Amino acid sequence: MPDTFIKIASVTVGSGGAANIDLTSIPSTYTDLVLKVSARTSASTVNGWQSGALTFNGSTSGYSGILLAGRGDLSPVSITSSASNIEFAFYSSDAGSTGNTFANNEIYIPNYAGSNNKSISSDIAEENNAARALAGLCAGLWSNSAAINRITLTPNGGSFVQYSTATLYGIKNS
Amino acid sequence: MPTTYTPIATTTLGSNTGTVTFSSISGTYTDLVLITNVSGNDGAICIRFNSDTGSNYSNTGLRGNGTSASSTRATNFSYIAGTSNLSVTAGSLQTAIWNIQNYSNTTTNKTVLFRDGMATHITGATVGLWRNTAAITSVSLSPEFGANVFYTGSTFTLYGVKSA
Repeated sequence: MPDTFIKIASVTVGSGGAANIDLTSIPSTYTDLVLKVSARTSASTVNGWQSGALTFNGSTSGYSGILLAGRGDLSPVSITSSASNIEFAFYSSDAGSTGNTFANNEIYIPNYAGSNNKSISSDIAEENNAARALAGLCAGLWSNSAAINRITLTPNGGSFVQYSTATLYGIKNS
Repeated sequence: MPTTYTPIATTTLGSNTGTVTFSSISGTYTDLVLITNVSGNDGAICIRFNSDTGSNYSNTGLRGNGTSASSTRATNFSYIAGTSNLSVTAGSLQTAIWNIQNYSNTTTNKTVLFRDGMATHITGATVGLWRNTAAITSVSLSPEFGANVFYTGSTFTLYGVKSA
């Protein structure tokens, strides 16, 4: 019987911070991927969170995405992503949020090595005991039939700070 | 240590298909997780349990279409429906993750919590209830509205999760 949730790669950001987290040489031996991200950035915004972009295989075209988010004292919002990346695939706590607090994200990527376009489903939680926090869902698409062998995560402001992590798991369906 | 996410069954459609059913589901797990990655000609993806087509389902959904957020509710329905129409954009895929907790007990009605979305159309989350205390032994998925189909290449994978 196959094992599931096999760790493929894990990154922990060091003391110097990181402009992005880049997971490369992803093998094609699994069915789906699950990427768990715990993130904080060096940027400071009025809201306490910073959105983050995801790209596959270094590509900067062919993307689309929709975000649905509840934001505490703000009204729920739904917005669309750019075409150069999945613009809201994950979120980070930012420099203005409660200290020692990191947003949590899970990104599910089914059939990542198949020959169809590639979709993602993200769950996003940025909670920091303030009046404003974010709980979100993102649906994303990369209109490309290539197998995914690289995933790059980039905050849309600032850099990942120390102790931000990303862990990539593989799941087999048989 | 128990293995998590144990594959129970998987289906990849070789032709357009109206209904996909996982049957004879063993009661040996604690929870079920269903991953669907589909496209189709029309309607939202719908789920039924144990071939029950009666008005024994209800659901509440939260959705965003890229412009606004909204909530929906249905009671006394003959299925639990997802949020996105399968046909919106050619080449677009709907991904859904369905969590069915405590599926094999015979004392509680059965709930399902799932997220589904299609990047060019909508994303959302839904909680559904099947008013039946029977253990779930089959799960059926189909597009809404009768003669609609899932397209070739759509995938459906059922996993079992044990708590101990």
